[in-house]
Amino acid sequence: MSSSKEKPKDRQPKSAFSRRSWLQGAGVSGSVLTTGLLAEEAQAQTAANVMSGEVEITLDINGKKRSVKVEPRVTLLDALRNRLDMTGAKRVCDRGTCGACTVIVGGKVMYGCSVLAVDAVGKPIQTIEGLAPEGQLHPVSKAFVNHDAQQCGYCTPGFIMATKGFLDRNPNPTTEQIDKALSGNLCRCGTYMGMKAAVLEAAKEIKNG
Amino acid sequence: MADYKWPPMDKRRVMGKRIARLDGPMKSSGRAKYPSDMNRSDLLFGALLTSPHAHAKVTGIDLTAAKAIKGVTAIRVISGPGTEIQWAGTEVAAVSAVTEEIARDAVKAIKVTYEVLPHLVKEDNLAKVGARAKAAGEQVTGDPDKAFAEAEAKTAGDYGIPVITHCCLEPHGSVVAWGKDKIDFWPSTQAVSTVGGDLAKMLELPATQVHVDCQYMGGGFGAKFPADRWGAEAARLSKESGGRPVKMFLDRATELTIAGVRPSHFAKIKVAGKKDGTITGWQSESWATGGIGGGGMAPLPYVFTNIPNRRMNHTQVSLNTGPARAWRAPNHPQASFLTCAAITDFADAIKMDPYEVFFKNAAVSARPETYRKQLAKAAELIDWKKKYTHGAQKTGTLRRGLGIGIATWGGAGHASKCKITIHPDGTVEVELGSQDIGTATRTCITQVAAETLGLPMSGVKVKLGDNSYPPSGPSGGSTTIGGVSSSTRKAAVNALEKLFEKVAPSLGVTPDQLEADDSRVVVKGNPAKAMSWKQACQKMGPTPISEMGENEPRTAAREGLNTQGASGIQMAEVEVDIETGVVRIIEVVAVQDCGLVVNPKTAESQVAGAMIMSVCSALMEERITDQTTGRVLNADMEFYKLAGLPDVGKLTVHMDITPEHDARGIIGLGEPCAIGGIAAIANAAANALGVRVPMVPLTPERVLAALANRRNA
Repeated sequence: MSSSKEKPKDRQPKSAFSRRSWLQGAGVSGSVLTTGLLAEEAQAQTAANVMSGEVEITLDINGKKRSVKVEPRVTLLDALRNRLDMTGAKRVCDRGTCGACTVIVGGKVMYGCSVLAVDAVGKPIQTIEGLAPEGQLHPVSKAFVNHDAQQCGYCTPGFIMATKGFLDRNPNPTTEQIDKALSGNLCRCGTYMGMKAAVLEAAKEIKNG
Repeated sequence: MADYKWPPMDKRRVMGKRIARLDGPMKSSGRAKYPSDMNRSDLLFGALLTSPHAHAKVTGIDLTAAKAIKGVTAIRVISGPGTEIQWAGTEVAAVSAVTEEIARDAVKAIKVTYEVLPHLVKEDNLAKVGARAKAAGEQVTGDPDKAFAEAEAKTAGDYGIPVITHCCLEPHGSVVAWGKDKIDFWPSTQAVSTVGGDLAKMLELPATQVHVDCQYMGGGFGAKFPADRWGAEAARLSKESGGRPVKMFLDRATELTIAGVRPSHFAKIKVAGKKDGTITGWQSESWATGGIGGGGMAPLPYVFTNIPNRRMNHTQVSLNTGPARAWRAPNHPQASFLTCAAITDFADAIKMDPYEVFFKNAAVSARPETYRKQLAKAAELIDWKKKYTHGAQKTGTLRRGLGIGIATWGGAGHASKCKITIHPDGTVEVELGSQDIGTATRTCITQVAAETLGLPMSGVKVKLGDNSYPPSGPSGGSTTIGGVSSSTRKAAVNALEKLFEKVAPSLGVTPDQLEADDSRVVVKGNPAKAMSWKQACQKMGPTPISEMGENEPRTAAREGLNTQGASGIQMAEVEVDIETGVVRIIEVVAVQDCGLVVNPKTAESQVAGAMIMSVCSALMEERITDQTTGRVLNADMEFYKLAGLPDVGKLTVHMDITPEHDARGIIGLGEPCAIGGIAAIANAAANALGVRVPMVPLTPERVLAALANRRNA
């Protein structure tokens, strides 16, 4: 098929040793290890590599410090879902493809399944739970409801977070830009028809504040 | 007897309105708790060990190393020594542990030995399946030999549609806690009222001991009816861990390997007819697989069921692959693709516009007039007459084409019971052991209850997803909205009658002179004589009114609340790059009837969603197996492709909402709209290229191969 599944560049964690880059280095494309970026990453992350057993880390989630015990191999997604009962981000493909686990880390839209929890230390993490206070809806969430851009709803939080991050960067998007920005997220029920309209409405709503 | 019939179309205040789904805010804020989100205190995590072999005998299992891992609470052997495994991914053992990571470590530490046996995992070439083919018989109507001998035109083609998987985003699984007197079961299910009994049976317990709770579920599409072996094993792990709750959901690879597929379907099809487009004969030799059990024949010829002379032969092929489960409109998308492709190729061969051939041969369908109207409407929406040219006339690198797909489905409401309670303070509860799998079931039930009781949406509280509520059927076969709307309507009418009995004396009339409207109880024809809903409810005294309503499929059609028989036409325009082989969707149009439409907004979403699923199936989806290893090669979402936002083109949905369709009552929508799209897209590509790509998905490789074959021919 077409190149639609190419992810926007900043979807991949660049500065952190991630499970995805480990996978790349470990076999998917072994030669990548010889490139400067990953070699530097590997060096910088030596400490992380030798950790074993659970360690207590503090994560900055939605403006609150949260202590959590994790093994180094635990992803940010699993730390959120299994240890902090923050289940808005979903685990679907678990391999950086579908975007159901999308969160914003250090201002960048990322797949929670492809960031290790220990690498998220010291960076502000934004999850869907932090988008709006209890009982209220963020304009993006509201627009998704208005345009029925959800059916079973399992992909929805990921799409909302991807949209939020996208609109933070690009408050005046065209529909082509929306297509591209959200192409790192997948929906199985097929709710894309309402989604484009929802993103446009949310952009307008946020601008009018 | 009470009058249950739907209020007249023009009098409805809530039904038929474009109301946003009620659980939308919960879902889009991440607050909705799906079964996989259930974190109980003392939660344990389960993980499965599955077979790497497609066909093998288990000869030994060594649990020693796994048992020694700290944090493991229980290990269960599912396929013990001597078990013959029939597909890769079969559950061999299950582990529970205090963290998911430890559970996975323990799975890796289990040592299993197998005696590997010969397997077959591919069926695309019938000549190579040997003894795994089983003839499923021949059906003959009329005199096909004579029809073909005398035909003015004849065509023959090979067509195929592979196995695809459900790929539910929330994987199959559950959280389950084996308590002292009851089992708490949180499964991701589309069968709230039956899945508890299913689990109880597997555990050899009374059904009364299983409590099911599923408020949200992340997609089923026909694959999530049973409690499943992994559900029962999670329960047993919980029991062996002292009753601590166990969360066990399939990982993605296992989900795509064993949790359900749609059967493949291949066919060699011959069509005979006249030069004016009238089809007189059909012959098909088809084969299919849905795993070890083979695969039955799709309904061929599809929709054009009364072609006078027909011969159909079918062969079932048994494979060592994960078993089939119902997949939105079982066997219909395959049948639609095979039939509409063959008819389009016939039209091409006689140099007729396929639109004319479909229109003409609607005569041999069960609903000629409906199909003709829908064909005309879809053609108008996609601008067929202006855009269509024969494939042979196309030039250039980027070539556009148009195609048609056709659909039919039953969709009568399932058995459903609903309890409505009106409290003395005026609040209303509606309870059904049903489920909202993304259909907007909660929203539609609320609309029906609010409409009937003369209340706003906010005046009614609908409760689903719990098997202690009155039973409703599983959500399969597009039966839910018809079933639950009818039972809700009847319960609401019954409850209202009881309320009117209490209120009538105060208004000095008989109960039959009252109606509920605009949050008031009003004397019919005398709107001044009324009392507010709240005042009326105070008349009932301290005991709430609680009434049941039942949809009974055998009598439902007679009552007119729901019925069956939906038709649909989809048309597609695609653009194919003949240098790269990439097919791009320009537009897909759907014209769909489904009787009375409770909520056009969510109904349109459902149709658009099904069109997108058709885009996936037509262009991307294929479970790829490897005959050497016996495994699924693309059991992940990187290589098991689904369409993304940029892939779907323009979608135009036209719901046939007319007094004529409305009068038929509610008909299910989930399946009929998920049928015709694949055929429409495949036919559009054939039109663009001037050559048939015999098999979907239309990958660049297949498109280029079809073009090369034509050049070499």
